[in-house]
Amino acid sequence: MFKNKDDALVASLGQALQPELQGRSLWFYARQRFKRNRAAVFSLGLLICITLACVIGPFFLPHAFDSADWDAMSRPPTLQNWHLFGTDDSGRDLLVRTLIGGRISLMVGLLATLSSVSLGIAWGATAGFLGGKVDAFMMRIVDMMYAVPYLLIAILMVTLLGRAFYLVVITITVFSWMDMARVVRGQTLSLRSKEFVEAARAIGVPTRRIIFQHIVPNLLGIVVIYTTVTVPGVILTESVLSFLGLGIQEPMTSWGVLIHDGAQVMEISPWILIFPGLMLSSALYCFNYIGDGMRDALDPKDR
Amino acid sequence: MNLLDVKDLAVQFSTQDGLVYAVNGLSFDLAKGQTLGIVGESGSGKSQTVLALMGLLARNGKATGLALYHGQNLLTLPAAELNRIRGNRMAMIFQDPMTSLNPYLTVERQMTEVLQLHKGQDRSSARAACVRMLDAVRIPEAAKRIDMYPHEFSGGMRQRVMIAMALLCEPEVLIADEPTTALDVTVQAQMLLLLRDLQQDFGTAIVLITHDLGVVAGLCDQVVVLYGGRVMEQGNAQQLFKSASHPYTLGLLKAVPRMDRDDESLLAIPGAPPNMAHLPKGCPFSPRCAFADAQCHETLAPLQALPGETGQLRACHRDVALVRSTPQPELAHG
Amino acid sequence: MWTYALRRLLATIPTLLAVITLCYVLLHLTPGGPFDTEHKIPEAVLANLQAKYHLNEPLWKQYLLYMGSLLQGDLGASFRYEDWSVNDLVAKALPISAAIGGGSLLIALFIGVALGTLAALKQNSIADYLTMMVSSVGSVFPSFVIGPLLILVFALWLRLAPAGGWDNFAPRYMALPMALLIFINVATIARVMRGSMIEVLGSNFIRTARAKGLPMRTLVLRHAMKPALLPVVSLIGPLAISSITSAVVTESVFSLPGLGKLIVTGASNRDYTLVLGLVVLVTVITVVFNLLVDLAYALLDPKIRY
Repeated sequence: MFKNKDDALVASLGQALQPELQGRSLWFYARQRFKRNRAAVFSLGLLICITLACVIGPFFLPHAFDSADWDAMSRPPTLQNWHLFGTDDSGRDLLVRTLIGGRISLMVGLLATLSSVSLGIAWGATAGFLGGKVDAFMMRIVDMMYAVPYLLIAILMVTLLGRAFYLVVITITVFSWMDMARVVRGQTLSLRSKEFVEAARAIGVPTRRIIFQHIVPNLLGIVVIYTTVTVPGVILTESVLSFLGLGIQEPMTSWGVLIHDGAQVMEISPWILIFPGLMLSSALYCFNYIGDGMRDALDPKDR
Repeated sequence: MNLLDVKDLAVQFSTQDGLVYAVNGLSFDLAKGQTLGIVGESGSGKSQTVLALMGLLARNGKATGLALYHGQNLLTLPAAELNRIRGNRMAMIFQDPMTSLNPYLTVERQMTEVLQLHKGQDRSSARAACVRMLDAVRIPEAAKRIDMYPHEFSGGMRQRVMIAMALLCEPEVLIADEPTTALDVTVQAQMLLLLRDLQQDFGTAIVLITHDLGVVAGLCDQVVVLYGGRVMEQGNAQQLFKSASHPYTLGLLKAVPRMDRDDESLLAIPGAPPNMAHLPKGCPFSPRCAFADAQCHETLAPLQALPGETGQLRACHRDVALVRSTPQPELAHG
Repeated sequence: MWTYALRRLLATIPTLLAVITLCYVLLHLTPGGPFDTEHKIPEAVLANLQAKYHLNEPLWKQYLLYMGSLLQGDLGASFRYEDWSVNDLVAKALPISAAIGGGSLLIALFIGVALGTLAALKQNSIADYLTMMVSSVGSVFPSFVIGPLLILVFALWLRLAPAGGWDNFAPRYMALPMALLIFINVATIARVMRGSMIEVLGSNFIRTARAKGLPMRTLVLRHAMKPALLPVVSLIGPLAISSITSAVVTESVFSLPGLGKLIVTGASNRDYTLVLGLVVLVTVITVVFNLLVDLAYALLDPKIRY
């Protein structure tokens, strides 16, 4: 009768839950597949822990991120006085600094991702939908952006414009939107020729409405996938810039800045390098596995 | 003296659904110069049989039983030994010539390496021998074409190249896995004639896999009919065509469109091919068989010799005379 | 073949022009930028700049003169070092970056292809999982984390190599930076090679090769290698470009006087003209490299013939 157990299960579920089953399709099964991917689920859990730690952790710790403890300068990790990650050469507690730095890194990650994703979607959807010469021109610009070594332009921009927080976010955004634009444009092109879009045009719906109300919701799957790909890239870019001394400025700190500081003094206090390094790498690892998991869940054919 | 002695061959695959048997209980012999046809639908296990003989099963596949070639069991030979036989004394040609030849190497490179490897020839004498062989399979301008890449040949010519490549070492056994399926009908006929001529010239025994009964009729001495990985009927080809004894074989024969009779509608066997992961308890054909009774659904029919007809074997519970005489009213009209 | 190359070359020119012009415009429009008269500039440098950039001329003329000198290979004068032109600085730094970057990419290619092939041949074995685990470390952990860790372990604890610095291509100063770059590149190359080789090994023509009785070595080297390498070749372009980024970080970590260090120093010193010149140079290199990779791809695949 049924090819396999899954189909039989679906059929019986369908009978039991007639109205509710209609809307579930893609997301329901995607979630199932994601849950089966243990690496992805573990990464998601770990990432949530890291984020929570960074956001609320500092409130539970006795030290402020810039308060110097004169009795405990450059101490390795110790339970004494709750310096669980140790202290740096000014006596500042490393755990608190790592968590606060995490806040900044993650915040930059979030903001830069939001803006580059929005830009990418808008760019790609418009290009894909309008097609023809406009599309060709817009994609040419994307190609040009790819040809440029982003770090150098980022350095140039930071040199000229300065290192205020919002400028760092803008700089990162400028180089992170292209993947999303490319992918969204491809998807839009194939959606454009589908029947429901033709129907909307036939009724006379204005172009802008078609783009935002019909095409964009159908792009959600691929947008989610590429967002999870963009985030680690953005966090990494910020970290590289900060590590080079061209990103987040004092008195703010981020994982990149901490690693920079740690590298200077690693001979005597390696923990200053190791702990932020581990945090950053773990976060990136988590994002990678979650991204892989989402890709597999939403498109099982693409192995 | 038989070249190839296969006894109780079974091929299993470890899959997510558990152990799947693609082939079960297959036995046959092959003598010098003979042609054996293995017939069945897609998924009946016919390709897996010969892939097992040649040691070409997928990673999750395993073959059990005996496949004696000159006394050695092919299924348990170490790789080095097997490589001495493959391409040399036993050769194989595949279904799709377009993907079965390496697109990144010239035909010359792909052919000469066989002679270099198995016969120890040097490149130039190997090349000369290959050109001769390409001539034998009727490739025009062989000396020029040999330096070309596979994508510069047509489908029929590519298959000829494969045949030529397989026959370079004058193998005793040639296995042809659906050699004409991917070709145009007109080219098919040429290919079969070519195979027959070559067989006469070189004395090669051929194992021919096909789903096309017409091909079997033209070329084969012995036939094995497979369904769901099991032998349904087996024996002399002429005999089989004259008086088949198994419902499945009869169904296949009835389904062949006749050009010599007017106003006959097309007949097909009702139902669909079996899911190899979930075979019925009894005879694999029972869900679709017009003669199936309770016993057929419950227990497998053993392969038995037909009384009075030497060499013919069938696996069916129902009486021979009954099967042969009833006109099978339930065959669907297509 | 040559028409294809020419066509691709012409296609790159608009990109180059756009980037250079954009950078140039950025420099001139930015308040507080180099050409803002509020800036206090030492006399000698100002004289240099006046001469090179014709600061008294109208903007469009300055631009054309700049492009002109670019075409002649003159990248301009440094804003901070009175005696050195950008060309001089580049001439000293470029060989270092090229040696380390190019050398490690080549070595990484060999190791990566070999590892990927071995992993594919022993699919799902322990060796396979180990290789892939280790290589995923290289591709996820940022280079500026791995780099200092390498220094920590090999230079400071084991004392096998110096912690940084340079001495005229002496091997011991090149060892750790190249090790870092090799580790990172091998990660990506091995992963791609493994996937590609697994796919090729499952194809029909490999099955035919096995049916011919070919030993594994011949099969892999003669039949499987060429098609399996294609994705790796198309990876070289992006890898080479990312090695420019890596160079910036690597040279910073190991204090190597290469192009990367130069641009970072230029940025922190606000040596605008130096940074501009370097950006132009690197963009040109990037574009040319992409072109070469496209051509290599066309050469490898017999089905693409022009």
